[in-house]
Amino acid sequence: MQKNKMVNIYLYSRYERFWHWFQSALIIILLLTGFELHGTFSLFGFRSAVDVHNFVGLSWLILFAFFIFWLFTTGEFRQYIPTTRKMLAVVRYYSYGIFRGETHPVPKRRELKHNPLQRLVYLSLAALLLPIQMATGFLYWGYNSWPTWGLEWLSLPVIAFIHMAGAFAILSFLVVHIYMITTGHTISVHTKAMITGWEEVEEGTQIEDWEQKERKAPQAAS
Amino acid sequence: MNIKSNEARCTSCHAGYGWKGNDFDFADQTKVDCLVCHEQTGTYKKFPAGGGNPAPKSMVFKGNGKTYHPPDWNKVAQSVGRPTRKNCGTCHFFGGGGDGVKHGDLDSSMMKPNKTLDVHMGVDGQNFDCVRCHSTSLHNIAGRVYTTPASEHRKSLIQDDLASKITCESCHSSIPHKEDAKANDHTDKVACQSCHIPAFARVNPTKMRWDWSTAGKKKDGKPYTEKGEFGKPKYDTKKGDFVWAKNVMPEYFWFNGSIEHLTVKDTIDPGNTVRINLPVGSGDDPNSRIFPFKVHRGKLPYDKVNKNLVIPHLFPKGKDDKAAYWKGFNWGKAIAYGMEYAGLQYSGEYDFVETEYVFPSTHMVAPKENVVACIECHSRSEGRLAKLSGFYMPSRDRFRVLDTIGWIVVLGSLAGVLLHGLVRVFIPKDRKRG
Repeated sequence: MQKNKMVNIYLYSRYERFWHWFQSALIIILLLTGFELHGTFSLFGFRSAVDVHNFVGLSWLILFAFFIFWLFTTGEFRQYIPTTRKMLAVVRYYSYGIFRGETHPVPKRRELKHNPLQRLVYLSLAALLLPIQMATGFLYWGYNSWPTWGLEWLSLPVIAFIHMAGAFAILSFLVVHIYMITTGHTISVHTKAMITGWEEVEEGTQIEDWEQKERKAPQAAS
Repeated sequence: MNIKSNEARCTSCHAGYGWKGNDFDFADQTKVDCLVCHEQTGTYKKFPAGGGNPAPKSMVFKGNGKTYHPPDWNKVAQSVGRPTRKNCGTCHFFGGGGDGVKHGDLDSSMMKPNKTLDVHMGVDGQNFDCVRCHSTSLHNIAGRVYTTPASEHRKSLIQDDLASKITCESCHSSIPHKEDAKANDHTDKVACQSCHIPAFARVNPTKMRWDWSTAGKKKDGKPYTEKGEFGKPKYDTKKGDFVWAKNVMPEYFWFNGSIEHLTVKDTIDPGNTVRINLPVGSGDDPNSRIFPFKVHRGKLPYDKVNKNLVIPHLFPKGKDDKAAYWKGFNWGKAIAYGMEYAGLQYSGEYDFVETEYVFPSTHMVAPKENVVACIECHSRSEGRLAKLSGFYMPSRDRFRVLDTIGWIVVLGSLAGVLLHGLVRVFIPKDRKRG
């Protein structure tokens, strides 16, 4: 069995990693408190769950603005522009090739962190699902101010419905996402990349010089 | 039950001071007893069946076996002052003919309550008298809830210090809690009382059910009474079966401050519980709040043919008044007499119907440590507001279809990735391409 030599590339900047883990913590707390408020289970106690959910939700809203700022000032938003190129190859890989031990058809590079499927999923998430969730959450929170905001035509059940549907969608994403990070060439390689910033990829992938500098050879390289 | 034909007894509290006969003018405001509200000796007592008058000479009231003496008029008259809890409580704590019979939030325990029972009136706290909130202007007393929607007067005394109606908001404003407290967001839909009166009758029991249909049973040919829990009567030949309860959780309705009343002239549906009075309000009405009530249930006689409630003659006018139910124990005769007296039609056929009567709960305000917790309403089932519809409440309400689809998607995702993972694990390595 022939195996390509593995090399490390610096994939995720410090801010990206911070934002990823911080946002995941916010989302998990919001899911836990949110489903408690929905009456699914009892964990923090209703009153604390309300306070935590409101505080974390509002914090997320503010921090998300920084993320948007970062996306556009760094040009990283380009990583989210959807494409159909190699889309079928990626779908074929996850539904067939992965079981045969094939290599990923779209290997990661610094300027290409997301494969076509990821682009589509993360664009839907960052541009649609999360903003909808934040907007409905904010309106839900501001329910008593609707008349002042000129929004008395809004309906609480409708807002609650959309917010709940969003919650299910995010929970479902979380389940699939947690599984997908195990699909690298080793189970932990993606997770490690999101912690250290360095991802192990097969040699031969186009890597720019600057990506490898100032970083000693990683221990885990085989 | 009705005052008509029973005035001699009822007017000891209800308006009708000096009642003698059916030509009494109940609208005449000069026929108001000054002393019952203003005397301060505590010796001014009305004879229970004296048409609102005190005993003219020392007399025994057979109803309770007590002797009533005529007041010392000079002392009584010279003692007049601002009404105390005792003045008000003499009638209002004993409505319905006994302690705690009518109101769940007003009984003799409110004469000298502690802070835990009533945070405003507690003698160990603010020690408010009734008139501290029920303020008056030219003898118009603030606080009656039945005809005027409270919301029209829901303003603080800072906005209008001559407001004719004192509500919680008058002093506490509509943002009474700490800044940013979630509770402040509730005051647009939930009355203060709903959270701050977790239960009524917290010290003395209150009567929750009164079934007149079982009245008239005798022991050895004689009327009798039987005591039950709390030392309160559970059966009385004159009145039927009672159920008493303590620490009762209120029932909640949308309420704009008005209550509609059924009268004996209204047609009823005997197939259903007859709601004798009804809180007015709805979730869509910005002036309505969710408000706590004591619901007094019972069985009352009604006219089977004309389908209306009836007025039985209960209290005997004399020794030979066999038509009075409390003398003759014959509903047919008592109803026929009472209806004729009131000038109303009666078919001659009666039966009993299940009834409900609501009393708003606004006294016995608990200290803030004892308020209703969020979860007691915000819960999927068996919450305090489980029966109240017309609005979406987080935790209680959900969209079944959305929840079903949502969980199918989430669990489907889980099953999908687990299956994917299993296939990855169990496909033999040697079949994998290098």
